[in-house]
Amino acid sequence: MSRRAVGAPLSRVDGRLKVTGRATYAAEHDVKGVVYAVIVDSGIGRGRITGIDARDALARSGVLKVISHLNAPKLAYRPNAGSNNPEGSERLHVFQDDRVRFFGQPVAVVVATTLEAAQHAARLVEVRYAAEKPTTGLAGDRTNKPVTYARGDAEQALGSAEVRMEMTYRTARNHHNAMEPHATIARWNGHRLTVWDKTQWVNGTQEELAAVFGIPKESVCVISPFVGGAFGSGLRAWPHVTIAALAARETGRPVKLVLARRQQYFGTGYRPAYVYKVRLGSARQGRLIAMTHDIRAETSSYEDFQEGVLPTGQMLYSMPNVAQTYERVPLDVNTPLYMRGPGHATTSYIVESAMDELAHELGLDPIELRRRNEPDDDPATRRPFSTRRLRECYTVGAREFGWDRRNPKPRSTRDGDWLIGMGMAAGVYDTNRGAAQARVRLDARGSAVVEAASSDMGPGTYTSMTQVAADALGLDMRAVTCRLGDSIMPPTPPHGGSMTMASVGSAVQDGCDKLRRQAVALAVGDERSPLHGVDAGDVVAGDGRLHVKGDPTRGETYQQLLARNNRTHLETLGSFTPGESRFSMYAYNATFAEVAVDHRLGLVRIRRMLGVYDAGRIISPKLADSQAIGGMVGGIGAALLEHTVTDPRDGRIVNANLADYLVPVNADVPSLRAIYLDGDDREADPIGVKGLGEVVFTGVAPAIANAVFHATGRRVRELPITAEALL
Amino acid sequence: MHPFSYTKASDLEGALAAGRRGGRYIAGGTTLVDLMRESVERPGALVDISALPLGEITATAGGGLRIGALVSMAEAAADPKVRATFPVVSQALELSASAQLRNMATIGGNIMQRTRCAYFRDVTAPCNKREPGSGCAALEGFNRAHAILGGSDQCVATHPSDVAVAFAALEASVHLRGPDGEPSVAFADFLLRPGGTPDREHGLRPGELITAVELPALPRPLRSGYLKVRDRQSYEFALTSAAVALHIKGGVIREAKVAAGGVGTVPWKLSAVERHLIGERPSEALWAEAAERAADGARPLEHNRFKAELLKRTVERQLRIVGGSE
Repeated sequence: MSRRAVGAPLSRVDGRLKVTGRATYAAEHDVKGVVYAVIVDSGIGRGRITGIDARDALARSGVLKVISHLNAPKLAYRPNAGSNNPEGSERLHVFQDDRVRFFGQPVAVVVATTLEAAQHAARLVEVRYAAEKPTTGLAGDRTNKPVTYARGDAEQALGSAEVRMEMTYRTARNHHNAMEPHATIARWNGHRLTVWDKTQWVNGTQEELAAVFGIPKESVCVISPFVGGAFGSGLRAWPHVTIAALAARETGRPVKLVLARRQQYFGTGYRPAYVYKVRLGSARQGRLIAMTHDIRAETSSYEDFQEGVLPTGQMLYSMPNVAQTYERVPLDVNTPLYMRGPGHATTSYIVESAMDELAHELGLDPIELRRRNEPDDDPATRRPFSTRRLRECYTVGAREFGWDRRNPKPRSTRDGDWLIGMGMAAGVYDTNRGAAQARVRLDARGSAVVEAASSDMGPGTYTSMTQVAADALGLDMRAVTCRLGDSIMPPTPPHGGSMTMASVGSAVQDGCDKLRRQAVALAVGDERSPLHGVDAGDVVAGDGRLHVKGDPTRGETYQQLLARNNRTHLETLGSFTPGESRFSMYAYNATFAEVAVDHRLGLVRIRRMLGVYDAGRIISPKLADSQAIGGMVGGIGAALLEHTVTDPRDGRIVNANLADYLVPVNADVPSLRAIYLDGDDREADPIGVKGLGEVVFTGVAPAIANAVFHATGRRVRELPITAEALL
Repeated sequence: MHPFSYTKASDLEGALAAGRRGGRYIAGGTTLVDLMRESVERPGALVDISALPLGEITATAGGGLRIGALVSMAEAAADPKVRATFPVVSQALELSASAQLRNMATIGGNIMQRTRCAYFRDVTAPCNKREPGSGCAALEGFNRAHAILGGSDQCVATHPSDVAVAFAALEASVHLRGPDGEPSVAFADFLLRPGGTPDREHGLRPGELITAVELPALPRPLRSGYLKVRDRQSYEFALTSAAVALHIKGGVIREAKVAAGGVGTVPWKLSAVERHLIGERPSEALWAEAAERAADGARPLEHNRFKAELLKRTVERQLRIVGGSE
């Protein structure tokens, strides 16, 4: 019996390529004759461009062109409801008018034969403005039409509740800040456009470029085999992608455009800042009766970005009365976008902090309070849960973390100058799935190639797809090659929202199952095959062979089968289409944190963390650990460090660099441990996975914030929690 | 980045001559190249001095140390003489930057590094330091990282160095080489407060070069150390920091050298704290009383009000760490 690849803690199949620098990222593709583009971005936060003087720039040697609204052609900008463009609003049209809508908006692009010449010339372009005062704060009166939800009568229930609490929490704007900068190389061949891009969705970028330039989708090819982290920032085709393609068309040369680190802060999206007021009513023994959520978030003046901040408040706990209002405040900023654990991560911070506050108020253990409010079915939809094992997460987590050693009294544990605290929180994220296809091809040497358009931004999609295919085809991992990230490959959903494993993985499984069945049919129908006449259902694949179940000696290799039948290859197209489900499907976690807070200096240091995950089947435990650790590290950042600061006077992002926008460094990351509950979710998808990349981030920040409260007795209702709040 | 010429000096005289012609010295380049990329610095000519013979650490008569200007931060931090004689210096260095930067950056360059003020580093913002007379965006802007001590109505940018705080505390001197020979300047006089000329940050004249920093001989035994307070545990500039050196004999503090970082437009010598300590016996109460004086004269801004209190607590903590609490 061959060893199974799925479930084995395998190393990345592309690991060697990556550590030897041979994995080709967007800016690294060797495109012959490429020239370089550098964007000139707006130095005001709102207003009009009154003039652009590019004479100095154009006079520099090597400078080919300066493009702005003064000379750019009119672009089609066909409506595109796809590509993760926000609904009901219109995206930024680059270089189509004189309006400045946010600080850093692209106002011109310089194209030159060398990067150095383009960078220098970009500094020489003089842009004159009529500046207006931008609005960047959440306090204003004007909001987009609120999204609301209600069940029961929350106001009345609050009025009669034994315990009532009201809290307002604030979360900072966070930027994705992946290691790899956003980059695009664009090349036209007649009316056909090829783009090498950092993207989490080649199909989305393909459709958006087709819409922007008014050409058929089939005329656009988007290639993105490797992505150096993205966390959501690659889910849309941002203006720079259009600018690269425009510059290539206007100069007749392939153009490479790499955003500077500073430009990522306004050239791509971010997790919007929130002000979130919650009111809750509970019975004295800890049963929740009602909760209201008044939610305010940033969006841009031109697009109404929304994310899933509502579900957590509707379904995490059982209660009869819920009222939610979700307002977006249109501001003179660029448009936000999904960032790891979008929506749920924000709301889990608020709800899980509020639960901790309630537990303290009631004198109840925070886990016990959660157990008392654990629903039996989805309180929002009344649908049964496909799987919901949060109770087990609590049990396992409490046991493994040593929760019983926690003195419930805040500020009760000390170690020298450090106050020690333990906190926990639950996390939840949707089990998302989307229609996906995958092509599987088995050649005469018995090697298989699996192809799908999906990106791999780092979770290890190359590896996990190879694992699924190897088992389904009965091949060794080394005999399977996975190819990803090209719009000519079978289409897949966005590589985000934790849906790639479920969706693309199921398509790969389907394609491999079909191919294996094709091979079996060929064998059992072939008089010269040792499998001739065997019932197809009795033939299995393993070790590169097809053989009778229970009798490995009776069978043959794929090579023998294909050679004898003069077949160069077998090929199938696998697919997965999620159907309507009568189940409520989510992945869950319980996250535990122990922190130390310097009682005088206000510094918070994480001592250890544990995440226990109900995420369905784990295809690749080693990759899963990387996801879980990465999620916890991201959560440490959100809880303690990450804060994009906007200067309200002109809309400038003040800390648009990695020295001033702080993310955790190794020294901030102590012992992190992940435990996955065994099992799978067969309602979700054929391979039983619920998705992991997002849920590992949700719940982390509140676990830390609750630990800070337990350590200090001080409740900070704002993220990040900084020294000044604790002095 | 704007175009520039690059030459590498092979000897001191050549470097000085190139400097007189307007050349800008570059050694490790860890701050200058960054700023050139952002167009904050636009030197026309770079003179690479990294090959000059200024890379020695030598003991001076009486027990001081002379650290050559081109000694890297990593070398200085690891040097057994530095570690044994002035732990405050090696600690300040090790808490600075990252290992990669410490390998490149030099002691001379470290003193000369420019502020991390975000508005200074963003050429689209007004900044009197970068563009005299254009205004100061930080005064009314986001100024959490800015100085509460030594600022003016023109500039409130902090000096970012850690080791310079140790140098200030120890009352080091800066050895120069220039047209006037080899003058030596007290560290306290070398770096300038912004006043009305925030673009003038130091006393170096064109064609003058730092050759070494000299740490004076101090009475022994000398306990010393550096505490850096920051949001994350590594690779961040200080919110507050304290360099402390104490000579305690017969149970009495005979010498106290204290300076603070992250709070001043220059490394901030805390003379009032020092005076309060001398002649006293170490105690928790003494540390607290002395530290109460650390923020004397502080003028906090909107986002850095917490720094006055944090500074006092930082100094108190470090006095206790260095001086003990018997």
